[in-house]
Amino acid sequence: MKNDSRTLLRFTVPERINHWLVALTFFLLALSGLVYFQPLYYPLSQLFGGGTWARILHPFFGVVMIFLFGGMFFRFRKLSIITPTDKDWLRHVREIVNGDEQHLPEAGKLNGGQKVMFWSLVTCMVLLILSGIVVWRAYFSFLFPIVVVRFAAVVHAAAGVVMIALIMGHIYIAIWTKESIGAMLYGRVRRAWAKQHHPAWFREMTGGDK
Amino acid sequence: MALQSLDITRRSATTTPSPSQRQTPEVAKLIDVSKCIGCKACQVACMEWNDTRDAIGTNHGVLDNPTDLTENSWTVMRYAEVETDRGLEWLIRKDGCMHCANPGCLKACPAPGAIVQYSNGIVDFHEENCIGCGYCITGCPFNIPRLSKKDSKVYKCTLCSDRVAVGLEPACAKTCPTGAIVFGTKADMLRHAEERVQDLKSRGFAKAGIYDPQGVGGTHVIYVLQHADRPEMYSDLPRNPSIGPLVELWKGAAKPVASLALAAIGVGAFVHYVTKGPNEVSEEIEKEFEDEK
Repeated sequence: MKNDSRTLLRFTVPERINHWLVALTFFLLALSGLVYFQPLYYPLSQLFGGGTWARILHPFFGVVMIFLFGGMFFRFRKLSIITPTDKDWLRHVREIVNGDEQHLPEAGKLNGGQKVMFWSLVTCMVLLILSGIVVWRAYFSFLFPIVVVRFAAVVHAAAGVVMIALIMGHIYIAIWTKESIGAMLYGRVRRAWAKQHHPAWFREMTGGDK
Repeated sequence: MALQSLDITRRSATTTPSPSQRQTPEVAKLIDVSKCIGCKACQVACMEWNDTRDAIGTNHGVLDNPTDLTENSWTVMRYAEVETDRGLEWLIRKDGCMHCANPGCLKACPAPGAIVQYSNGIVDFHEENCIGCGYCITGCPFNIPRLSKKDSKVYKCTLCSDRVAVGLEPACAKTCPTGAIVFGTKADMLRHAEERVQDLKSRGFAKAGIYDPQGVGGTHVIYVLQHADRPEMYSDLPRNPSIGPLVELWKGAAKPVASLALAAIGVGAFVHYVTKGPNEVSEEIEKEFEDEK
């Protein structure tokens, strides 16, 4: 990526660092969390020094995630407000799936799909934090009635799986949409890329000209 | 402990069979509440045999001591004073693991081999495999397992699996001075319990009965209750214990459904990429920006 004035700044350094720290913490959480979800994934505990270490570390990774994801929330919540144009954009499922963006309503810096992803992740994260406190046996579970602990265990497992599913989708779309990983790594995108995928943002940044 | 003289029929977080060639009869401990005098010899014998020592507690103004099960007290006597049609009755129940045929603790446990069920029906914790997550506490319908603050492992009554394996009865049954606790094959214990129920009925306890709750597939610790129609009178003995829909969902359907859903996303993404190809900037837009190159 040429770092000249012809490229557009898509993500700032703090945004990029925050994103990748969240990504790292997500992997630590998902891999250690799957250990207790299904015997199939128990061997993943070896990555953390065994089942007991996975059990000890997982909730502390979660505490780290609260702060890191909190950072992402405050950085991107205003950008992620869903507009009528976004709703219209989301209705064009067929074109989106085909990567045929010519006839889509103009997407801003974030498109409707990215905004839905953001709010889905926020919802899952809130559920995971609340239920995670309840099922943290070492410090908190004894404060709650058993029915609440059982309910929280179900919520935590379900929200965790949905979170993993969302991130799998997120990663795939980043791989599918060429140059978007570069945007999160180096921060800048080519103007042609911006015009292709985020035309409203392109106009906003350039005043409409090239 | 991994006792080779007992075969394992069920092992936590394990989907393939465990060694289970040998045939062993199902055992059961029968606790006849009507014969219990509340002497706590069973509590003492349990601690002696298992080498556990609870901290000296405080007097709460009742006989319950300690007031609850702990990682060191695997059995406690629970004293309930209740008014029935027979006047004031003192119902003393020896609480501890019920050794369910369908154990909620084992179902919930994510650590392979931390909880096992022997072919004789005893449900045992193998603490060396325990990771300390406490899921067994969440899964137990009787509120039995206790997490140690010292080593973060869970403990509960083993039904003296080490004694039973070599043909001895559990320490509590051995010591009981009134014969309120007896041990043998489950068939024998049910037969004995039935005799006890008939005896109690002849003495005016019309609702006497056996507590062997079928919601958990029956248990390997069974009670004879004077008032089997009202188990909750016995310090909240659950009327209809079962693993319950939340734990069943969490440790049942959720696992294959989730794994299949995640696999489907992976396969779907691959198929999408192969059929649609990468999402690149279109030729026309590239041309517009050619001067940039």
